[in-house]
Amino acid sequence: MAMLDVQDLTTHYLTVRGPVRAVDDVSFQVDKGEMMGLAGESGCGKTTVALSLLKILPQGGKILGGKILFKGDDLVKVNEKKMRDIRWKGISIVFQGAMNALNPVYKVGDQIVEAISLHEPKVSKEEARKRIGKLLETVGLERSRADNYPHEFSGGMRQRALIAMALACNPDLLIADEPGTALDVIVQAQVLRLLTELKKLNLAMIMISHDLSIISETCDKIAIMYAGKIVEQGDITTIFKEPLHPYTQGLIGAFPSIKAEKRRMTSIPGFPPDLLNPPPGCRFHPRCPYVMDICKKEEPELLKAGKRYVACHLVKKSMR
Amino acid sequence: MADEKTLLEVTDLRKWFPVRKGFFETVFSREQKFVHAVDGISFGIKRGEVFGLAGESGSGKTTTGRLLLRLIEPTSGKIYFDGKDVTALPEKGLKPLRRQMQMMFQDPYESLNPRMTVSTIVAEPLRVQKTFSEEAELEERVKEAIAEVELLPPEEFLYRFPHELSGGQRQRVSIARAFILRPEFLVADEPVSMLDVSIRAGILNMMLDLVEKFNVSFLYITHDMALARHMCDRIAIMYLGKIMEMGVAEKIVYEPLHPYTKALISAVPLPDPTSKRSETVIPGEIPSPISPPPGCRFHTRCPAKIGKICSTKEPTLIDVGDGHYVACHKYT
Repeated sequence: MAMLDVQDLTTHYLTVRGPVRAVDDVSFQVDKGEMMGLAGESGCGKTTVALSLLKILPQGGKILGGKILFKGDDLVKVNEKKMRDIRWKGISIVFQGAMNALNPVYKVGDQIVEAISLHEPKVSKEEARKRIGKLLETVGLERSRADNYPHEFSGGMRQRALIAMALACNPDLLIADEPGTALDVIVQAQVLRLLTELKKLNLAMIMISHDLSIISETCDKIAIMYAGKIVEQGDITTIFKEPLHPYTQGLIGAFPSIKAEKRRMTSIPGFPPDLLNPPPGCRFHPRCPYVMDICKKEEPELLKAGKRYVACHLVKKSMR
Repeated sequence: MADEKTLLEVTDLRKWFPVRKGFFETVFSREQKFVHAVDGISFGIKRGEVFGLAGESGSGKTTTGRLLLRLIEPTSGKIYFDGKDVTALPEKGLKPLRRQMQMMFQDPYESLNPRMTVSTIVAEPLRVQKTFSEEAELEERVKEAIAEVELLPPEEFLYRFPHELSGGQRQRVSIARAFILRPEFLVADEPVSMLDVSIRAGILNMMLDLVEKFNVSFLYITHDMALARHMCDRIAIMYLGKIMEMGVAEKIVYEPLHPYTKALISAVPLPDPTSKRSETVIPGEIPSPISPPPGCRFHTRCPAKIGKICSTKEPTLIDVGDGHYVACHKYT
């Protein structure tokens, strides 16, 4: 059994204007030592998936259905007290925006101590301090840096400190939400290298990013989301070599590669739908170049196609 | 010095921003410190050329863009536009110049006035420059400009406010505003970095089409090497206010000479899982531009130092053939 098995997860934000269907029937598995990329444009529900896993949705956010099986327990049913034990010790997260995620008036080391003493009250201060030294070394910072304030850190160092904090209670699953954005390429490459090295700790990892090249460099498998749904998922080489869903094809075509032949970049016409009332049928149909009649009426299921899963009527038709 | 085809020529341009001093520092008059944002750069942009300025944040790309339009005053150095010295012009002489030089900004959410409609935003450059004879003509030109950026039908967009537009549509409005005066030179500062990936390509392709159609010289500022290479004819790589390498885009990407360019290019992630990069990632981050390292500015992080000379003598930008310039002691 996989370490994390998400089945038909549905999370909506209840607003005055109606429910925003941020995550709709999303299923995926992540195993030990495996890194899964969750890709998609802004507003497609990537971050909501992460927040649902930890059950830290903002006000109005509700998990309406599905299961989140983490080491066999269904987190959707677990009460808040038990959930507190799972956060950080079971599942931890590196939040988006390294610049703002640290408290500017506390020393970095003290902030990590706080995380440890909250989740593992039995650990003494001295022990926690010792652990921090080791953690900082794991992420490539000097031990003495624990006594610095966040403003004394550069962007890349803050991101490393956040990763150290996420690792503080030896979690089994680490979620990294846009770990590369807002960092310069070289620093981004350093951080990504660090994250791939963490695989050695036998962690399961979910990397959330809008940047397909970042995912292709680091992850083993990928799930591509569009308007709250997974449209295609599978192992990374299969998907990148031969994307089947028109959205995946468009997204990959929109990414210029620095090494490949110079060509005109392709774009997907239109823009992502409003999730307050998503289009009927396939949510991608208003932007799809291969749209058929059935796409406007019937929602495609996520079906197995060879080594991957894809939700598209066109692919289904060609398989028959 | 400039040949006929060169539209814009920059020589030894410098911009040092004074660092604000606290009370005690003023009283005890410690030496004034400067941020060396742009520190002696020279380059030329030909007519109809797309010139890329690439580098990490803090390398001085944006400051350079603003200096060229004289939105900020240079500390020293010269900027020649069409043979005229822009830096010597009095404040009043800038207005006709601005008709020929326009700028597009990074953030489409902040660069459009939320209280103006699309038609007033796009018409404003015309009104400021008074380059129309009657209102009907103005309206016609605005409509045409909006249609040019593929906001169709234009009538539907004329009376909308920026908050009624998506990010991509806003950026199209600012392109229409930049192009309506038919400028000869355009600066675009990271025009798509705030936009979603699936709509970026559409905007960039449209910009390239307009640049070609009106034969505009285009300075494209970006931190994304992959985009720079797809957009530009020539690229200059900046690091801490200096140009480290400059040349034809393909050459810079496939045969980089400077160790910094090499590091920068090998750090770009590839959207292809089968090609894992092998090169080592260089350590550290860009140093503070207040006290840049002596000698070659990159020597503190350079994996290919050749000796003491790197930390003592500043390398000059030299031509290594075919218009490929590099500032590194290895090649002198």
